[in-house]
Amino acid sequence: MYKILNVKQLSEEIKSMVISAPEIAKKAKPGQFIVLRIDENGERIPLTINDFDAKTGSITIIFQEVGKTTRKLGMLKKGDSLIDVAGPLGHPGKVEKLGTVVCIGGGVGVAVVYPEVRALKEIGNTVISIIGARNRDMVILEDKMREISDELHVTTDDGSYGRKGVVTDPLKEILMKKKADLVIAIGPIIMMKFVCLMTKEFDVPTIVNLNPIMVDGTGMCGSCRVTVGDETKFACVDGPEFNGHLVDFDELTNRNARFLNEEKEPCRCKKDS
Amino acid sequence: MQKRLLMPEQLPQDRIKNFNEVALGYTEDQAVAEAKRCLQCKKAPCMPGCPVEVDIPGFIKRVAGRKFPEALDILRKKNNLPAICGRVCPQETQCEIVCTLKKKGEPVAIGRLERFAADWGRTHSSPITHNQSSNTRLKPLAAVIGAGPAGLTCAGDLAKTGWDVTIFESLHAPGGVLRYGIPEFRMPRDVLDYEIKYVENLGAEIKPNIIVGRTVTIDELFATGYKAIFIGTGAGFPYFLGIPGENYNGVYSANEFLTRANLMKAYKFPEYDTPLRIGKKVAVVGAGNVAMDSARVARRLGAEKVCIIYRRSRSEMPARAEEIHHAEEEGIELDLLTLPIEIIGDDKGWVKQVKCLKMRLGEPDDSGRRRPVKIDGSEYLEDIDTIVIAIGQGPNPLLLSQTPGLKLNKRGNIIVDDITGETSLEGVYAGGDIVTGAATVIEAMGAGKRVARAINEKHG
Repeated sequence: MYKILNVKQLSEEIKSMVISAPEIAKKAKPGQFIVLRIDENGERIPLTINDFDAKTGSITIIFQEVGKTTRKLGMLKKGDSLIDVAGPLGHPGKVEKLGTVVCIGGGVGVAVVYPEVRALKEIGNTVISIIGARNRDMVILEDKMREISDELHVTTDDGSYGRKGVVTDPLKEILMKKKADLVIAIGPIIMMKFVCLMTKEFDVPTIVNLNPIMVDGTGMCGSCRVTVGDETKFACVDGPEFNGHLVDFDELTNRNARFLNEEKEPCRCKKDS
Repeated sequence: MQKRLLMPEQLPQDRIKNFNEVALGYTEDQAVAEAKRCLQCKKAPCMPGCPVEVDIPGFIKRVAGRKFPEALDILRKKNNLPAICGRVCPQETQCEIVCTLKKKGEPVAIGRLERFAADWGRTHSSPITHNQSSNTRLKPLAAVIGAGPAGLTCAGDLAKTGWDVTIFESLHAPGGVLRYGIPEFRMPRDVLDYEIKYVENLGAEIKPNIIVGRTVTIDELFATGYKAIFIGTGAGFPYFLGIPGENYNGVYSANEFLTRANLMKAYKFPEYDTPLRIGKKVAVVGAGNVAMDSARVARRLGAEKVCIIYRRSRSEMPARAEEIHHAEEEGIELDLLTLPIEIIGDDKGWVKQVKCLKMRLGEPDDSGRRRPVKIDGSEYLEDIDTIVIAIGQGPNPLLLSQTPGLKLNKRGNIIVDDITGETSLEGVYAGGDIVTGAATVIEAMGAGKRVARAINEKHG
């Protein structure tokens, strides 16, 4: 059993959870993920590791309550336990000194990009960060991101906070003004797709971190396959980070909608009961 | 000569509505009657046919004499997992094919008798604990990677010979392919749990959720005091056809399809959280045991039409005859000499059709089987809404890529010494599908057994 050490509400739908998992905390690197199962009847879901502390033996995950398992997860409190946590999985993100890196986090994707921003900054890059969210309530980790970024932009779809618009608006201005050596974009598929379309125009290498549907997370099932260039890759063992200019985002959008109907059903049962 | 006794089974029309075991096993009287058919040959031609060296005439003699606990003891001496082997071993190509009775008629039903004795033990007693070594000296540490058939066997045998064994399993539950791959209607989970418990009772500790290569590396295991390491990670990497449209929704690898159904119990959705969406018309590509399992799961999940698509003919089908027979009884259709060349999807990215070519058999190829040859102009479209690709699995690269110095062959399997199973890294051994490529449960167990012996001889 993996004890939940702390739970924090970051917005109406987004929570952060600190879990005791010493073996994973010791090995985790930015960009890697875990697979967890809540209880005996639970499904296995992948979640990116937002933070890790080898000293306290804990890892932090940040999740949005969108599917039935994340909603169930959201009902758990400090002191509860998860039946299974496995990881760290996937290749760590490449952390290199490149010069100027633009890091974009959309929605809960900010939680995923955060450890990479920190690592990129620590190694001496100039980091310009962009946070995108639906509305004011959905903006997470703003202070933490500001602390480790040389420059921070915030956009909301409805203009309730920061600048009204989408992340590609400030991105375009940044890319027109100066030379970026790398863009990292992590968030909703549609956001990553449009970021990649834009950075392709500006010819800036772009890394995305994908979160397709997985079962085992270790290369066994192929549920997470994604087309990258001419090849089919397994996000769990070949990724989760890929060259965004080669990813077939439309296929990924379809594949991530595979179980939308099934996602609704049990959750309704749970809430009704 | 007396005919061999049939084993009672659930009727096809009943069993396609449940996941309960199809084969029901012999009663005591049936088992005794079948055991009495055994000629107790002095030379016992059956024994060299068994990869784990079971004393076959010995245990059958005890069954014939109604000494069931003794029969089980004899089995357990060589085989840590008899209830599993009795169910999934291809006896017809191993021990039974060389049975003296086979020359004149039907061989003794060795597998069914093994299953009977193991099941008798499970339902009549608590797990047998072997005498733990009374030696109080510190036991040497062995690590086994993967709690599948090879790993469980190796761990059990090492524990028996005085090793302190830890099995590291990447999934949340042990069993490997026995749990994620083989459906409950062939391998009931209480049987599997009991057999694994037996190995634990021998002294092997199972640690789930540890992905060796990620959570911990082989070097780190050595650094923490392990003297010998056995890699039994199986063939868990699914192959795809490499045809257009394979990433459409509704196309599953057999691994994904079966893992959802078996390990995650998607057939009990929504009681269990893992979904498995299945259409009305299901095509399974491939004709091995995994393909049969997938087809029969699809049938039980309510598919109206389930067909096997296979590019060769019936006589080349790699599945056991019994599995093909069971599948056909359950209404699974066989589209033989058929090659899928493209999967066609709708505008939402879901499978709607598969384009196939008809084949004919030509000259034998390297495998000795007649090579399938395309028939020009035979293309046709078949309406389908779910496709399961069951054309084989390769070695999972996760651990191998994180273990420098481990020599692999060109297919990505680990190269080992034929006799000891030692790899290019000293103290690291391997066996089962990760060495041979996808094969049988019993062959993996045989390898686990041989390696346990080699480890004990060299490091014990």
